[in-house]
Amino acid sequence: MSGHVVPIRTYFTIFILLMVLLFITYAASLVNLGPHGSLNLAIAMTIAIVKATLIILFFMHVKYSSRLVWVYAGASFVWLLIMFAITFGDYLTRGWMPVSHY
Amino acid sequence: MAETALEAHAEHYTHAHQFDDYAQQTESVFLGMWAFLATEVLFFGALFAAYFVYRYLYYDAYAASATEYLNTGLGMVNTLVLLVSSFTMALGVHAAQMGNRAKTSLYLIATILLACVFLGVKVVEYKAKYDHHVMPGMATFGEDFAHEADMKDIDVNHARVFFSLYFCMTGLHALHIVIGIGALLTILFLNQRKWFSPSYYSPVEMVGLYWHFVDVVWVFLFPLLYLIPKVHQ
Repeated sequence: MSGHVVPIRTYFTIFILLMVLLFITYAASLVNLGPHGSLNLAIAMTIAIVKATLIILFFMHVKYSSRLVWVYAGASFVWLLIMFAITFGDYLTRGWMPVSHY
Repeated sequence: MAETALEAHAEHYTHAHQFDDYAQQTESVFLGMWAFLATEVLFFGALFAAYFVYRYLYYDAYAASATEYLNTGLGMVNTLVLLVSSFTMALGVHAAQMGNRAKTSLYLIATILLACVFLGVKVVEYKAKYDHHVMPGMATFGEDFAHEADMKDIDVNHARVFFSLYFCMTGLHALHIVIGIGALLTILFLNQRKWFSPSYYSPVEMVGLYWHFVDVVWVFLFPLLYLIPKVHQ
């Protein structure tokens, strides 16, 4: 919670980490990882999630906040995952079941 | 020197009357802001869901369009600009916590300037899309495809879906940047009028939360739109 003052050094370290992760993302995009580059998306998204987590925990002070704030911050992404799971579940399972054509 | 009403408000602030103490008040402010950010996550999330569905269905069009028409260099510049702006915003909140008004204003101005650079780059990119006839809605959409090696075999309607999502997602994001600039200017103005102090700086922190959220959205937009691997072998 905002009573806590985060030292500037911490902000700077996180900032450098974010820069490094950005360049790793770019470097990884130049190579085709996994068979036919199928892993590229997973790796890019993993790095993006790490960056987002760093921003949320440190720049947005969630790390220094109460459990309740953690729940509110986390809830956003839980709802997002529900939307993704059901939407993608629909498209990814098309053609799995025989359909009546009458 | 007599204190202005604003200075008195800042210096002697304890808490609003409906709260037990300042700690409870700041926690409420955080919770309210995150409730709003949750709606924003879902707002952008719906576009991301659409993006992923059509990436699954029209991958070839995605990869070819991104490779041919999206400038990775400019995307990197914009990502860097926003990451630095998040850093300056965090430093601005820190300065407000320490009661350093001059530094707070300086960091807010830096954040605003970086935001404007971001928008400038976006303008350049959108103009390039217009020049290459890949803005959905143009009568001439896709007229270059026949001449481009990468785009020859791509269904123009599939490419249209990609660019519609590109413009909707980056456009919505740019709109959030514009609104963020407005919020930053408001906080800057209030700070100049000595509205904030170490006892009262929540608005600065909350605008910071909004700004970091905008940065997080771009952190996902960049790899998804600009770094699509070339077509599978």
